[in-house]
Amino acid sequence: MDFLNGITLISNYILIPGLTYGSQLALGALGITIVYSVLRFSNFAHGEFMSFGAMSSILLCWLFLSLEINLNPLPTAIIVLPFAIIITIFYCILVDKIIFKFYRQQNSKSVINLIVSIGVMFFTGGLIRFIIGPGDKNFFDGERFILKAKTFKNYTGLSEGLALKTTQGITIVLSIILVILLFWFLNKTKTGKSMRAYSDNKELALLSGINPEKVVLITWIITGTLACVAGTLYGLDKSYKPFTYLHLVLPIFSAAIVGGVGNPVGAIIGGFVISFSELIVTFAYKKIFFYFLPNYLVPDGLLQILSTDYKIAISFIILVLVLLIRPTGIYKGKII
Amino acid sequence: MYLLFGENITCGYGSVDILFNCDVGVNEGEISSIVGPNGAGKSTAMKALFGLLPIKQGKIILDGEDITNMPPRQRVLKGMGFVPQTNNIFPSLTVEENLEMGAFVEQHDCTKMLEYIYELFPVLKDKQFQLAGELSGGQRQQVAVGRALMTKPKVLMLDEPSAGVSPIIMEGLFNKVTEIANQGTAVLMVEQNAKQALKISNLGFVLNQGKNLFTDTGNSLLENKEVRQAFLGG
Amino acid sequence: MKNRSRIQILYFLMAIILLAVGIFQSWNVALTIFNLCLISSIMTLGINVQWGNAGIVNFGVMGFAALGGLANIIISMPPTSNAWETGGNFIVIGLLIFVLSIIFSVFMFKRVNFNKRIKYLISFLIIFVGYFIMRLMVDSPIEQIEAIEPAKTGYLGGFNLPVIISWPVGGLLAAFAAFIIGKISLGLRSDYLAIATLGISEIIIYILKNEDWLSRGVKNVNGLPRPVPYEIELQSREWVLETANILKIPLPEVSSIIVKLSYSVLFLLVLLVILYLLQIAVKSPWGRMMRAIRDNEVSANAMGKDIKKRHLQVFIIGSAIVGIAGAMLTTLDGQFTPVSYQPLRYTFLIWIMVIVGGSGNNFGSIIGAFLIWFFWIQSEPLGLWLLSFITSHISDTNLIKSHLLENAAHIRLMFMGIILLVTLRFAPKGLIPEVKR
Repeated sequence: MDFLNGITLISNYILIPGLTYGSQLALGALGITIVYSVLRFSNFAHGEFMSFGAMSSILLCWLFLSLEINLNPLPTAIIVLPFAIIITIFYCILVDKIIFKFYRQQNSKSVINLIVSIGVMFFTGGLIRFIIGPGDKNFFDGERFILKAKTFKNYTGLSEGLALKTTQGITIVLSIILVILLFWFLNKTKTGKSMRAYSDNKELALLSGINPEKVVLITWIITGTLACVAGTLYGLDKSYKPFTYLHLVLPIFSAAIVGGVGNPVGAIIGGFVISFSELIVTFAYKKIFFYFLPNYLVPDGLLQILSTDYKIAISFIILVLVLLIRPTGIYKGKII
Repeated sequence: MYLLFGENITCGYGSVDILFNCDVGVNEGEISSIVGPNGAGKSTAMKALFGLLPIKQGKIILDGEDITNMPPRQRVLKGMGFVPQTNNIFPSLTVEENLEMGAFVEQHDCTKMLEYIYELFPVLKDKQFQLAGELSGGQRQQVAVGRALMTKPKVLMLDEPSAGVSPIIMEGLFNKVTEIANQGTAVLMVEQNAKQALKISNLGFVLNQGKNLFTDTGNSLLENKEVRQAFLGG
Repeated sequence: MKNRSRIQILYFLMAIILLAVGIFQSWNVALTIFNLCLISSIMTLGINVQWGNAGIVNFGVMGFAALGGLANIIISMPPTSNAWETGGNFIVIGLLIFVLSIIFSVFMFKRVNFNKRIKYLISFLIIFVGYFIMRLMVDSPIEQIEAIEPAKTGYLGGFNLPVIISWPVGGLLAAFAAFIIGKISLGLRSDYLAIATLGISEIIIYILKNEDWLSRGVKNVNGLPRPVPYEIELQSREWVLETANILKIPLPEVSSIIVKLSYSVLFLLVLLVILYLLQIAVKSPWGRMMRAIRDNEVSANAMGKDIKKRHLQVFIIGSAIVGIAGAMLTTLDGQFTPVSYQPLRYTFLIWIMVIVGGSGNNFGSIIGAFLIWFFWIQSEPLGLWLLSFITSHISDTNLIKSHLLENAAHIRLMFMGIILLVTLRFAPKGLIPEVKR
């Protein structure tokens, strides 16, 4: 019984939150990695693109709710997501045509592109706050839990509860679907292969007759999709605040770098490495020991490696460690 | 009449000219080699023919059609294949994907061409699902040539195919080149190993300092005393 | 001498703008802006040394500025009574043990020949053990220190020295941090370096936010001593009363203007000294070598220049300058608030200043700082004015209008983005381009 309680405790406080946050990070990191591998720059505006996607979802949610279209018990955000994705893609492509394209044609250094993306970040951030305001927006509706802690306790008779929020379930399921679609596209379709070829060897891709503008267009379509879904899921899970997305850029970059920049599989692994490390390092192990060890061995104190205040800082610490030990990341990415 | 003919070409990088009134070409189903010392402008000639460098003077004719101002992508469609000297594969794509990318501009199914390539280079068949970046130097060259052949080009252009591979592999590669030419694809190549290249070539162009020095059949160039002394090491 | 006339025109223009604010708005506002412009321009000088001369992308401005701010606490605040006795020494020793364990593990890693994996494992274990010993030593003293009158102190306090000393000390703190950060990350390519420095600066802020025994964390440290007199003091002085009488300005305003002016003088002095030193450095063989490395790393390497060492030098110098400016900023504020350190305001805004002003030109960086800071402050009213103008024909009860006016403040982020993008597109060298030498 104690053993099962311990397992439940770990699932409830580490496994499920880790999977959820990890999926969100992984989707974000995929966006960054794909822009990097095709366009060869670190896109600091990606966090704001995510925010833009989330904002589009919220606005559409309001519209749909006012029209009394909903999907109870699922949140309305699910129905509006496809439309929000289209809006986000449109914005990404617009930004590319007006801004990034110029520097691509100039063959600018990646660092110039990076600074340009900061300009885009400022502009987009301002635009978002201008449209929707800086405040907190909760746009979750529908059933809150798939599995309530109390139900679980009653059902199993364990003293530890296990809860699964609807947002967590949606996040994990949607992420899996999206990642499968992405990998199918990249590995099985001609266009996807041509994208990989372009990112691998631009000159040869041009010699083979691959149209660079088309590759760039598809890159932004994928990036916009990923950004919108990741942003919406994050906002749905933790409530939307424009401000938080600026701070999300760094954990996402950490995830991308930890996994190996330019490598999609790496981005996903990186996302989970970051999310689980955050939880594992800040988890108070006292209760676990309580279940797994005889009572007289359970030590005093919370047994946290780092206090919860440092949760987000952990992603930066991992980033620094990875840069120190293995700058190419877990999966050998392209060294920036 | 040449199948592919660069006539009277002058070109270079920026304001510096590398080639001066150069003629290079290849006949249908034949092999032509461009040889000469370092800095003679051999690779530049290749790039110019494929449209990777703007031409200041002269014209390029493919199968009777003037293609001087055509972008490279268009030339691929018209039946030209080009294998650059370096970075000529997609290292993180599998061998088969590399070949598929060669046929990117083709609308129809490419399985037939794939079979032909695998027949030509049986090693690649065994490694078709391996990443091209993990192959040996010689195998990479085969992938590179295979990729360029995927569009069934009329002319295949090879920029120093033997660079960086061992003599044995080089010999095998040249055998393949002969085979390709026998199957009806004209081959125009630039080579450092002038002797071996000229042996299998129908035509040879000896360049020096961006100018045509000698143009003759491969064998007669090999026997030409002047050429032997100056460029073939006696 | 096209640049010189440009410099003159732009500086003259800036002076007129500030004077106009003084005349039409208020001298207090003008001086507030001026002081922050001065501090920003010192920060931009620090970044410009790194980016303009050496091509190093340092996105850690925020962290170095915060370290400068921390220096204020350590130098100028009075020591908390009993705090050191209750366990300050333990904390210092604990931290030392942790640092030593890191040094030891690095040393071991470099000197011992083993399988790489085993080496990583051992190094990691050493640090881990060091960390736990530190936690054992530090945890309860920290708790005790933080329990000493938590509403007022609850931290170690400082050395009760004149606050102005904290400026050079802030520079030193930042330089020390830059040394470590540089050792870790200067080998990385530009993009990685940018992300790494940004991440490390976030870590610094997190530490300052959460280590209450050091900085009181989110409870802030208020009432930092000043290098200039207080307004109340001034108001009782004879000459201040007289000035107020002669100028026919209310006494409180006169005194606050005097305070701000004294800050301005101090800041200006620091700015001029740093500018002077940097100009000398840029023109020296050292500066020429830096630019040679920036423009062609490969050939500079081939010529036997020790790029890593040079980069580390310039990284430390630039970061120290930022640290000094950060210390000055906290002194001006009179309080240390870790929460206020945002990458947008510190790191990225400073970068916009450098790019807009002109990378590689110190005079450009200064004017960039002035102009951008001015816009950053004034774009809020400007945005409001612009929107009211646009929506003037819409009735006041209109929802869209009220929404627009409500969110007008955020237009300044858009402004900044547009300014940066327009500069990069149409004048990538900035307002005052680098002088070709």
